[in-house]
Amino acid sequence: MKKPESVIIELAPRFEVGAKSALQNTQLRRNMGKATQTIRGKRASVVDELSDWESLRVAGQHIKDDVLQHLDTYLVQLEDAITRAGGHVHWAKDAHEANEIVTRLIHATGSKEIIKVKSLTTDEIRLNEALELAGITAIETDLAELIIQLAHEKSSHILVPAIHKNRSEIRALFQKSMNLPDLTDEPTELAAAARQFLREKFMSVRVATSGANFAIAETGSVCVVESEGNGRMCLTMPEVLISVMGIEKILPRWQDLGVFMQLLPRSSTGERMNPYTSIWTGVHANDGPQEFHLVLLDNGRSDVLADAVGRQTLHCIRCSACINVCPVYERTGGHAYGSVYPGPIGAILTPQLVGTAHADSLPYASSLCGACYDVCPVRINIPEVLVHLRGKVVAEKQTQPQSWFDGENLGMKAMAATFAHRSTYELAQHAGQLAQWPFVQEGYIEHGPGLLGKWTAMRDFPAIPPQSFRDWWRERQRDE
Amino acid sequence: MLAKIRTAINTGDRGDFHEAHTSATYITNDDGNIAVRIELFAHRVAEYKAWVGRCTTEGIAQAIAERLTIRGKKRMVIPVDLPAGWLPAGIEFVRDTQLDRTVIAGMDGVLSGAALGIAQTGTIVLDGGAYQGRRMISLLPDYHLCIIRAQDIVGVVPEAFALLATTMQIPMQPYTFISGPSATSDIELNRVEGVHGPRTLDVFIVE
Repeated sequence: MKKPESVIIELAPRFEVGAKSALQNTQLRRNMGKATQTIRGKRASVVDELSDWESLRVAGQHIKDDVLQHLDTYLVQLEDAITRAGGHVHWAKDAHEANEIVTRLIHATGSKEIIKVKSLTTDEIRLNEALELAGITAIETDLAELIIQLAHEKSSHILVPAIHKNRSEIRALFQKSMNLPDLTDEPTELAAAARQFLREKFMSVRVATSGANFAIAETGSVCVVESEGNGRMCLTMPEVLISVMGIEKILPRWQDLGVFMQLLPRSSTGERMNPYTSIWTGVHANDGPQEFHLVLLDNGRSDVLADAVGRQTLHCIRCSACINVCPVYERTGGHAYGSVYPGPIGAILTPQLVGTAHADSLPYASSLCGACYDVCPVRINIPEVLVHLRGKVVAEKQTQPQSWFDGENLGMKAMAATFAHRSTYELAQHAGQLAQWPFVQEGYIEHGPGLLGKWTAMRDFPAIPPQSFRDWWRERQRDE
Repeated sequence: MLAKIRTAINTGDRGDFHEAHTSATYITNDDGNIAVRIELFAHRVAEYKAWVGRCTTEGIAQAIAERLTIRGKKRMVIPVDLPAGWLPAGIEFVRDTQLDRTVIAGMDGVLSGAALGIAQTGTIVLDGGAYQGRRMISLLPDYHLCIIRAQDIVGVVPEAFALLATTMQIPMQPYTFISGPSATSDIELNRVEGVHGPRTLDVFIVE
């Protein structure tokens, strides 16, 4: 069994517990409602602009299918191309190995601090904590990541980690931590404060780390997509660049970027194109870092690859469209998911990376409405994977002795046996019609007894009608 | 690690694999109307709150002079190979002969050419080729004046990658895609122009 050594936020409560307390925070719900509504509207308008959007989605899905089907070949091809271009490739089977490699590389430079481009993968492996233990300070340079770092909080959204904070909360934080008492809550002024705060670091720090949005197997190019220019700073100014990338982020061909550079920005920030995209290949003479390392990270991904239904989860390009459209996320916010990856994609990715035993409430953090599948730019059938994982959670519980006496398990088993034959099914139906009368009000059961009470605590249960379809059918045939 | 990946590929094979690109039906070219394409490019760049102007090949120096005067820029860093004919008198232009980063950061702005433009998204692509210089010079100064030739503007995103593939070198160039001035959406998901990259972007299309 796998251990949640990463991804999962330590001591985070189960989803239903975290969600309950999040729902009571009215400020959070206001911030989340406003932000997700804004981004949904922007995405919809730039997606509607493209007449070939569905073709692009299919192309994106097929390219990712290809990637996963030939992952071994493409990874070796990428390694060769990067090595030829003067870079170095490292393989890390888990978070621990990746952190060790990065720490060793930084130690070799003699630097005690690094600048970081926002990267979910480094959040997943908890690189910052590992570096701190090794005496290295990691400075987050993305505005939202900086806000989170200064506030000592956890991210609540993969694209905009500080989405749960509004401008006046950010202003208060900057006033205190940057010693700027006269700062207003104008977003332009807040951005300018961050510019000034980080400029000196960009000019002087010798080592940077980043993630990677894409890497091209045939050319060895690595691609980082961003908005603020902090990415360009980290990828251009330091002497040494270390990028950590999940093995599934690879694309086979250069021309595949023509598809993904349309899918990603429109699905993500709802822009036709993000302000800055950097693509580099190994090291470039007299331009940018003269030492480049790429760390290829597995950390549970090959287990996801081995699951026929779950595999499509690895198509994910971390755009966050599913998160912004999810009615559950909109109300609970990201912290309730207790993982680096929240929302619908987190509900399927987290349990697969750490094992369902350690995140068994997440596959249930959904109403299965399917809005996430509709917006996914690489057509991940999230509801299908959710149901698949629920099945795994139940199957896993059934292997444990205590399940023999579990009411829900016994009830479901009895129901399965009853529903398997017509005669027992009809008998149960008639018995139910008689037994339900004390609970029925206007055709619905609002407060059910026993186990049914768990269901009716949240929603009504339709009562068994006085005449079943089977009864009606028999009667109709008699009359003819 | 590779052995584990190879086993996983077989174990998780669902048998519904599609060969990518055999079924690709997305748009790879615009309709070829150049005037419409240039107009769209200008419009889309401007939507990112960049300023867009047009000039002729003969009028480049004059156009640059006017623009820099309006912006109040007096000292500009330029790539080593930028044509002398582009440079108007009265403004100091410093060629990037591997200048120190603090010198570049201290400039009023940068003047550069571009590899290509994408009309559909209002994007400028730099590849370190002619008239573009190192990545650092278009990043550190707070102002970027970019000159792009009309014939270098393509219609849609896939065209840009197809074209870049034809000019790819060994060793490969670094690429920077620029769509408007630097921006952030981190505060309440509203786009704010101007964070770490140039906060002001002016573009001339040369016809």
